[in-house]
Order: sequence, then structure tokens, then C-alpha cells
Amino acid sequence: MSQLTPDRQRQMLRQMLTIRRFEERASEGFRAGEIYGVVHAYSGEEAVAVGVCATLTDRDKIISNHRGHGHCIAKGADLDRMMAELFGRADGYCKGKGGSMHIADFKIGMLGANGIVAGGISIITGAGLAAQMDGEGAVAVGFFGDGASNAGPFHESINIAAGWKLPVVYVCENNQWAVNVPAAESVPTPNVADRAAGYGIPGVIVDGNDVFAVYEAAAAAVARARAGEGPTLIEAKTYRHRPHTERIDQPDARPKEEVARWLEPDRDPIPRLIARLQAQQGQLSDQELAEMEAAVQADIARAVAFAKASPFPTLASALDDVFAA
Amino acid sequence: MATDILMPALSPTMTEGKLAKWLVKEGDVVKAGDLLAEIETDKATMEVEAVDEGTIGKIVVAEGAEGVAVNAVIAVLVADGEAAPSDAGDAPKSDKPSDDEDEAPKSDKPKGDAPKSDAPTSAAPPPASPRVAAAPKPISLAPMSEAAAAEAKFYENTKSLTVREALRDAMAEEMRRDEMVFLMGEEVAEYQGAYKVSQGLLDEFGPRRVIDTPITEHGFTGIGVGAAFDGLKPIVEFMTFNFAMQAMDQIINSAAKTLYMSGGQMGCPIVFRGPNGAASRVAAQHSQCYASWYAHCPGLIVMAPYSAGDAKGMLKAAIRNPNPVIFLENEMLYGQTFEVPVDEDYVTPIGRARVLREGKDVTITAFSLMCRDALAAADQLASEGIEAEVIDLRTLRPLDTETIITSVRKTNRIVSVEEGWPYAGIGAEIAATMMEQAFDWLDAPVLRVTGKDVPMPYAANLEKLALPQVADIVAAAKAVCYR
Repeated sequence: MSQLTPDRQRQMLRQMLTIRRFEERASEGFRAGEIYGVVHAYSGEEAVAVGVCATLTDRDKIISNHRGHGHCIAKGADLDRMMAELFGRADGYCKGKGGSMHIADFKIGMLGANGIVAGGISIITGAGLAAQMDGEGAVAVGFFGDGASNAGPFHESINIAAGWKLPVVYVCENNQWAVNVPAAESVPTPNVADRAAGYGIPGVIVDGNDVFAVYEAAAAAVARARAGEGPTLIEAKTYRHRPHTERIDQPDARPKEEVARWLEPDRDPIPRLIARLQAQQGQLSDQELAEMEAAVQADIARAVAFAKASPFPTLASALDDVFAA
Repeated sequence: MATDILMPALSPTMTEGKLAKWLVKEGDVVKAGDLLAEIETDKATMEVEAVDEGTIGKIVVAEGAEGVAVNAVIAVLVADGEAAPSDAGDAPKSDKPSDDEDEAPKSDKPKGDAPKSDAPTSAAPPPASPRVAAAPKPISLAPMSEAAAAEAKFYENTKSLTVREALRDAMAEEMRRDEMVFLMGEEVAEYQGAYKVSQGLLDEFGPRRVIDTPITEHGFTGIGVGAAFDGLKPIVEFMTFNFAMQAMDQIINSAAKTLYMSGGQMGCPIVFRGPNGAASRVAAQHSQCYASWYAHCPGLIVMAPYSAGDAKGMLKAAIRNPNPVIFLENEMLYGQTFEVPVDEDYVTPIGRARVLREGKDVTITAFSLMCRDALAAADQLASEGIEAEVIDLRTLRPLDTETIITSVRKTNRIVSVEEGWPYAGIGAEIAATMMEQAFDWLDAPVLRVTGKDVPMPYAANLEKLALPQVADIVAAAKAVCYR
């Protein structure tokens, strides 16, 4: 990774660790009843959000889906306000009115999670249209899953983006399962990326658990978009470590051996990155790793404290923000 | 504005045909839907209908001509008064709002080189189809408040425009005023709109701001929403609102809710516009009124203009508003002419109804095309000694309950008219509002005149039966007056 300095590589590890620990704490909070809304954990897929967002600048836009915490963190969202939103507090990103599936931070170009599968794909295409009209080289990146690639907006949006050469990067996180149905039963082609051929755009398959591979694929797609050459479809093959949601009675039809295999250190994106950095002379000492882990845990603890200290929204606020003045 | 009447195609492969017969002559006044000519190929024959109202200014291709190319100009339609012979009995002109219920359209337009008729439909033949049950009535402004008076002031200087032209002018003026405004939709650019509403916009603003989309409602609606999230102000045209159902997720889940869901971070300044309601003989999937569907949803403003003046003023208001606006037009009204304020600053206030006609005996509320029928019903009622007050709701959300209640306090009776289905319709909302806020003033139950509770049938006689008719409104008004 010649473009990425050792510092940058360590930052990427720290972001991935932050996402993992955030999700672990959110799951814990859900089980403890502190967080009463649904939580879809991104654990296991961290390399995709971090690898892609490492290629973006502040002016670039992203959109997310129901499994959106990782995308927010990778784009630079504030952990305190994220956690406060999950706790349903007034200082949350959405003042406690959005919850996990609607966290947005328009100031950093995070146009929101979206609770409707495929709902964000056309919106991010519109951000691409706006970027093209602005003509200042910004790009728009849409994150969605394998399931969304079967839905109409996937086709409608990519068809338009390809025709109009919009600066959009479509990132399909293929975690291989819908809630309980294998993606292979729903996607008739071997790869989601194969569908790119139908729009005459590049379809790139990448190991979604290798953050540097994701980074390289995204960097090429972003460069292509900035150059006005149009969109790219990236399929990042990955796996979710957790069931679809953190509900205690959430059924999980995935074979236990399959899940266990993906949790092993040679597949889990975080141990893989640690091993890689440690194998490179001087990139990451044991002490640096321990300090990083402690710092991340402190960030999460601070976010939880912030959330708990924040008041619940006032009842009067329920009627605010329906219409803009 | 002169409109070219083009040689139509009977099929996608037809390139030329014979102009078999003219059914009109130069100088004839026609309305939308009137038969103009018969054309034929070796395979079939077809009648050409007028899309707009106006006067046949010139017949370009003579009867019997063969090998007439598709899209060749066969005749020129001029707006009444532009170049056509005048009807003898010009209606009296009025320059100011008046309570006179039979007031003719106002005209302050400088007189051009041709005589002018201000009563365009007075000389027209009787309606040939159910969709032109009554001629459009002139609007009589009846100020009920300062807002109405302020609005009336703009009507002191007007020009005659069709609803189609008024909508186009509204978009053009707002696009000149604000670089962020752009138009997208199916066939809006090169073809200038399936109903020719965007005429001239591509020429003036170029393909960057007037964008043809593929036939992909969910896609381009979401794209509009995403562009709005990024600071632009899109106008999204639906070829008809029937097709917007494909995009309902984006309209409701994204456009209407994001301001709230994001804790006030980002709203969605966007206008969704296009024809709504029954056209004629296109059956169930192409004939329905979406007013109550959208009005049900918090976060959406819903507007439905009747007159050209409101079409312009309300669309300008919609474009300037920071919220998502559903702007319901009507195909039957596109070609109708009304007086429109000349002042480009005329912006209709959102959430204000307009009293189209004052009366003391019964209140009739309507919107969009139904205003025409409500006014016709009021005429008929007047002849039977019942003075109806007709209110054009204009904005369906937020609803101007103040104007309605003020009227009901005077008349103590109200009939709601809408083209849509009765169940959970706009009339149901008005009835509930009257129960809650005007109960003590009512001397009769609120009655609703609505479309029938069935999908729209195709056959002309059944279609007419399914739609509210003037006679239905008259009967309802008499019923609440116990007459």
C-alpha cells in the first residue's frame, strides 16, 4: 500500500476497532435494555466501510443502509452523538427521533442510514447528479447489501448513473445472507458484480475482509468517477459476525460451522490487518496495539457516558421538524 | 400563444398519411377534445382531437392531401383573441375584483392587432364528451381577509394564459431566479413534456437543468431527493401521478420524513408535479385522484390548482418552499385559459383557499377541475334561488380551515366536492373538521360529492357515472338546504 503511510494504516485499524467495539457495546446495551430499538451490528464487515471511506474527502457523500453504524464511523461521525441516538436521547444525531436506522450527519456528507432495503441507492445517485452539476469533482458512494441488488432501485439507479456518467461508486457488501436466506438463492449470477456488465460499467469483485484490497478497488473507482468516466459497481465479499439483529430471539439459520469459520483470525478483517501490520517491520508493536485498544475502549466509554447523561427528548419536541419553516 | 397542430401517428411505424377531411374551418373556436380532422393510412383511420382550446387560425394542409409527414404542421391554433375573428358579443370587462357572480374574465392586456374575445367558450358547440361538462368559469375574487385582498391586488393587471403556459412560466421564472432549480422527468426536455408543459425550457436552460430521464420513477424520484439533500431544488415531473406510485417509497419514506428523522438536520426542498385525476377514457390505472393519499402524510405539502393564475402562483410558491410539495395538476385544465397576474412577484400563499364565488345559503368546497363543476352548479342553484359560496381549497395540506369555517358560519351548510374516492377522502377530513370546529354552526349534516367507490371504468357512459357531475353537486346542495 504505497499510498498509505504507516500512520494512515494504523488509523484505519483504529477505525475498524472502533466500529467493532461500538457494535459490541451497542449489543450489550440492547441486551441490558439501555437501547430499546433495533440494532443491526456491522461486526465482521468493517474493512469495507473503512477501506472505501479512506479514499474519500469531506466533500464526498455517502449513504448507508439499515446496518449503518460502520459507515457513519468510517466517514467521521461523532461517537457520542451516535450512541446518544441509539439511547434515544435529545443530544443524539437525530434528537432521539431517528434511532439506529436513520443516523445522518449532513455536515460530513453522511446522507443517512436508510431502513428500506435499496432505498438509499437512488438517493446517492441523486447526490452524484448534484456533484456532476457542481462540477467540482466530488463523488457519491452508496453502501448496500446483496439483497438490495435484487431490488428495483438498484437497476433503475445504476442504469441512469451509467447513462449519465454520474460520479457514483456503488458498494455492494455481499455478506452472503439475507435475514435467513442465503444470497445464492436470490442472486442468480455467481457474483453481484456480474450485473455491472448489463450497464456497461466496471464490476469489481474484492475481498471485503482485506481493507487494503477494498481501498485499492475503491480508489480506482473514485478516480474513475472524479475523472467523469462514470460509476463503478464494487462487490465486497464479506460476512456478518452477528445474527441479522441483536434481538435475543433472533433466529439465525446460518450453519454454526460457517459462522465459526468466518470468525477465525485468518478471515476476521481486524486480526488480519493486525497480523499484516505486525508482520511489517515497525508498523505496529504489541504496546502500540494495546494502547490503541485502550484508547478505543475509552472513546466508547465516553460515548456511553455522554449518552446516559443526555436527557430524553422533551415531549413537545415530538411535534418539531415535521415541516421546514 | 399560437400552437401548431401536428400530423399525428396512428402507430409507431407510421411515417406519413392522408388528411382525409377537416371537421373544422379557419376561425372556428374549439375546446380540448373537439374533433378537428380525420386522417387515414392504408391500414386505419383516426380522428384528430384538439388538445388545447383556441381558435383555428390557419389550416396549413388542405383536405385530401396525401403523403403528409408525421409531425408536419397541419394547422395553427391561436389563443382566442390573438388572430381569430371576434365573436360579436364580448363580455363586459372588469379590472378589479368584484362580487358580481357573473363577472367575465378580466383583461388588462394591451390590445394587440387583432380583435379580442374574452368569452372563449361562449360560441363553442355543446360539449361532445363527458369530460367537458361545463365551460371554465371566470374567477371572481371575493376578499375575505387581508391576505385575499393582497392577492386580489395582483389581479389588477393580468394577461390571458392557459394553465399549461402558466405552469411553464412559473418554472421558467423560478429557474431564472434561482440557479439551484432544475427540472427532470420523462420527456420533459426534447419533447417538452408529455403534455407540453415544459415548452421552451430546454432551449432557455439547456440539458444540464432540463433533464430527460429513463422511464424509471423510483429511480429518478430518489435521484431528485438525493439532489435536494445536496442543496439543489429539483422539480420532478411525473408524466401522470398514476406512475408516481412506483416512487411512493421515495416520496414518503425519504422526502417527507427525512427532516423529522434527522432531527431537523436536512429537509427536502423538492416539487413533484404532473397531472392527477381522471383524464378521459383511459380506465382504472390512469384515472385516479391522489389528493387524499398524499394529504394523509405529515411532511408533505399538497396543492391542486384550478385556475391558471393559481397554477402559476402556487407552483412558484411550491418551488420556493423548503418542504417537499406534491403539486397535482389536471390534464383537462392544461388547455383552459384564465387571467394571470402579470407581476412576477405574484406567489400564491400556501395554505390559503380562495372564495371563487360568494353566497349566503350553502358552502361548496372543491379543488382542481371540480371547481369548474362547483361553479356550474352554483349557477344552476342561483337560478333556483339558492346562493352558493364556492371555495377553491387550492392547498389540501395544510388545509385552510379558517376560510371554510368562516363561510360555514355564514351559510350553516357545506358540501364537499372531490373527484377521488369517498373513503377516507378529502371530504371525510372536511366533515370531521366541521364536526370538531364548526358543529354549532351547522344546520345540516355535511354532505360529500365524490367519485364512485370503484376503479374507473372505461366505457364513456360508465366513466361519466363514476365521476361527480354538476347535477350531483346541485342535488347535494339542495339536500343540505332541505329543498
